[in-house]
Amino acid sequence: MKPVILWSDALIYLLVISLAFFFYRLRKDPQIRERWSQVFSSSLGMVTFTVIATYILIALLDSLHFREALENPEGVVGQEVFYDNKVTSVFDVLTGGMGDRFERTYSAPFALQSFEKENLQDAAGNDIRDYPPLRHAGQHLDDPDERGMDIAVKSVTALFWGALLSLLVIGPQWLLTRGSRYPWRASWLVQGIVLCTGVWMVSISRYYHILGTDLGGTDVLFQSLKGIRTGVLLGTLATLIMLPIAITLGVMAGYFKGWVDDVVQYLYTTMSSIPGILLIAASVLLFQVYIDLNPDFFTIGMEKADAKFIALCFILGVTSWATLCRLIRAETLKISQLGYVQAAHAFGVSHTRILARHVLPNVVHIILITFVLDFSALVLAEAVLSYIGVGVDPSMGSWGNMINGARSELSREPTIWWTLTGAFFFMFTLVLAANLFSDQVRDAFDPRVSLPSAVEL
Amino acid sequence: MFAYIVRRLLYAIPILIGVNLLTFTLFFVVNSPDDMAASQLGEKYVTPEAITNWKRKHGYDKPLFINPEAGGVTQLTDTIFFNKSVRLFAFDFGRSESGRDITTDVATRMWPSLAVALPTFLVGIWVNICVALMVVMFHGTRLDRGAVFLFVALMSISYLFYIIGGQFLVAKTWRLVPISGFHTEGQVWKFLILPVLVGVVAGIGAGARWYRTLFLEEANQDYVRTARAKGCSELSILFQHILPNAMIPILTGVVVLIPSLFMGSLLIESFFGIPGLGSYMLDAIKSQDFAIVRTMVFIGSVLYIFGLILTDISYTWADPRVRLS
Repeated sequence: MKPVILWSDALIYLLVISLAFFFYRLRKDPQIRERWSQVFSSSLGMVTFTVIATYILIALLDSLHFREALENPEGVVGQEVFYDNKVTSVFDVLTGGMGDRFERTYSAPFALQSFEKENLQDAAGNDIRDYPPLRHAGQHLDDPDERGMDIAVKSVTALFWGALLSLLVIGPQWLLTRGSRYPWRASWLVQGIVLCTGVWMVSISRYYHILGTDLGGTDVLFQSLKGIRTGVLLGTLATLIMLPIAITLGVMAGYFKGWVDDVVQYLYTTMSSIPGILLIAASVLLFQVYIDLNPDFFTIGMEKADAKFIALCFILGVTSWATLCRLIRAETLKISQLGYVQAAHAFGVSHTRILARHVLPNVVHIILITFVLDFSALVLAEAVLSYIGVGVDPSMGSWGNMINGARSELSREPTIWWTLTGAFFFMFTLVLAANLFSDQVRDAFDPRVSLPSAVEL
Repeated sequence: MFAYIVRRLLYAIPILIGVNLLTFTLFFVVNSPDDMAASQLGEKYVTPEAITNWKRKHGYDKPLFINPEAGGVTQLTDTIFFNKSVRLFAFDFGRSESGRDITTDVATRMWPSLAVALPTFLVGIWVNICVALMVVMFHGTRLDRGAVFLFVALMSISYLFYIIGGQFLVAKTWRLVPISGFHTEGQVWKFLILPVLVGVVAGIGAGARWYRTLFLEEANQDYVRTARAKGCSELSILFQHILPNAMIPILTGVVVLIPSLFMGSLLIESFFGIPGLGSYMLDAIKSQDFAIVRTMVFIGSVLYIFGLILTDISYTWADPRVRLS
């Protein structure tokens, strides 16, 4: 086994570590503590946070990649170890190989047979046209009619183990949080549901395709789960790239005024007057041309897809800083008029120190609200960009690619509804949780700000 | 006022130059004119002569920004950037890389875009205001909280699902209108109903939520308290006091969008097969036609800046206390 660290993996872990550090530093600030405790005092804040945390956890597990060592063919004795070209993640292992059970093409959820008829040979050797049995569904059944009973029995067993696991996870939390004033029960409810569903999915998917398979025969549930990493990473990394640009320019414009302000204002007016989608599309296309011209940069296909993905995050970040920059500039203008900043000037405190001690801490709430708000906008934008053909690489599972591939499926007879359902459910849950959570954060930190989203498509 | 508008128009020039510079640099940072010629000629092995010919024919046989061979001002003017970008300011868009006249294309494709975008815009505002007013009437009740949750839920659904769902239900299952397409003569409305409907429904979540916040902001004002003290009924407060006053932020908020209606919607147009500017852009992006992309970016920026100026004017018009200077 050989670990593979993709750029996006490194960045997301860096982001998580720096966020943890940031909150560790701020934990003593009474004002910020008060605000956060307000966010988590409501059941809604607790529930939505738990949902988002689950998604982030899955994304992090899916970001630990490695390549399996290949066994030497028999008879060959060598010291050199060869590695599989396929990159696996810890999450893939946890799902129990859900993604390795390919079929030939479409099959309905819990189906035993393929969706389309093929030329087959019956027991007597005659050519017939019928639905071929699936390779990885219901192999253990002697009689197809037992399916319903079999699913029910297996579900009950799985739910039993899920409940046991939930107890193991929630029990310690219950002991630790006794007498706490936060509505932990709401969070535990979500945790219990997530754990039970998770165990159920993993155990049932060994015998059936819970959400069927798509055109290429891949398990739809697995694809939807893989979309989580793409969505979460895009939502966080693009904002991460946008923040330094927006903060530096916004604070400088608002604080120094004069020609600096003019230049920054000119820059963001220019940026925001270009139709966002054209700018993004043009940039992505150019980068694609660049990658295609230099194919030898990458050793494995995954690295190439990953480079495209990082570039997409960069482009989304670089094209969307204007809104936040404008807000920070306005806030800094206000702050630098205030008495304590004037006093600091009078005492001869240096610019850097004033910016770091007095200005930046007072714009943090805007940054925070933008971070949470943009997250959902970016997840939605990914789907649209993939549809236009400038999204993430098709080899990288994403909800946008799923929707794009499944566009014409609804018009078939009978309707193939499961691919869209899978993508819809997972995407909707994440975006809804993020939107509701961002409302809570905004109410706690600054109810007056009604921020437009920076990502407009 | 007049002086203000003139100054704003003059200020638009450096912004538009910036926009052009940006698109131009972006395009040629990784792509040389040679690459462009090769991809436009569309063959895998293109002869150098063919590339030179294509470049000469399309005017790409000059240096990008500075021409050291020329003297004086022509050092700057005898370049690709100058020739390709400056003409845009005179609204002379030239020809696309495939040889079509862009100005004609834009002029014909503008109308289908507008035919979809304008009804969507107007009906959308009307529906959103109605929904928001209904919710504001029940402010503070469980109904209000439920409605806000519903708005957030509607906002959380990707636009793509609205389109796909709308086509599936209205056009395929109920067979009320054709799935996609466009005709200029005859029953145009048949092709417009579904795109407009989808556009309006998709906008309800975000729109109604925004209007609700605006109405509630007005509801906290002093004049509302006075009206209540006078004994006005809640309905008359809502319709005679809050609504007219809330029209000011509504008006100034939506005016910026009006010029952009000409650009159409990328997704709606490509899903419903409407030959407007949105699908024009999408095709240009897909076929990497720089001339069209450049033109559309330019037009988009002009319309946006125009929208900003309109917003400022609408402020003075709606609220006499505001003076532009």
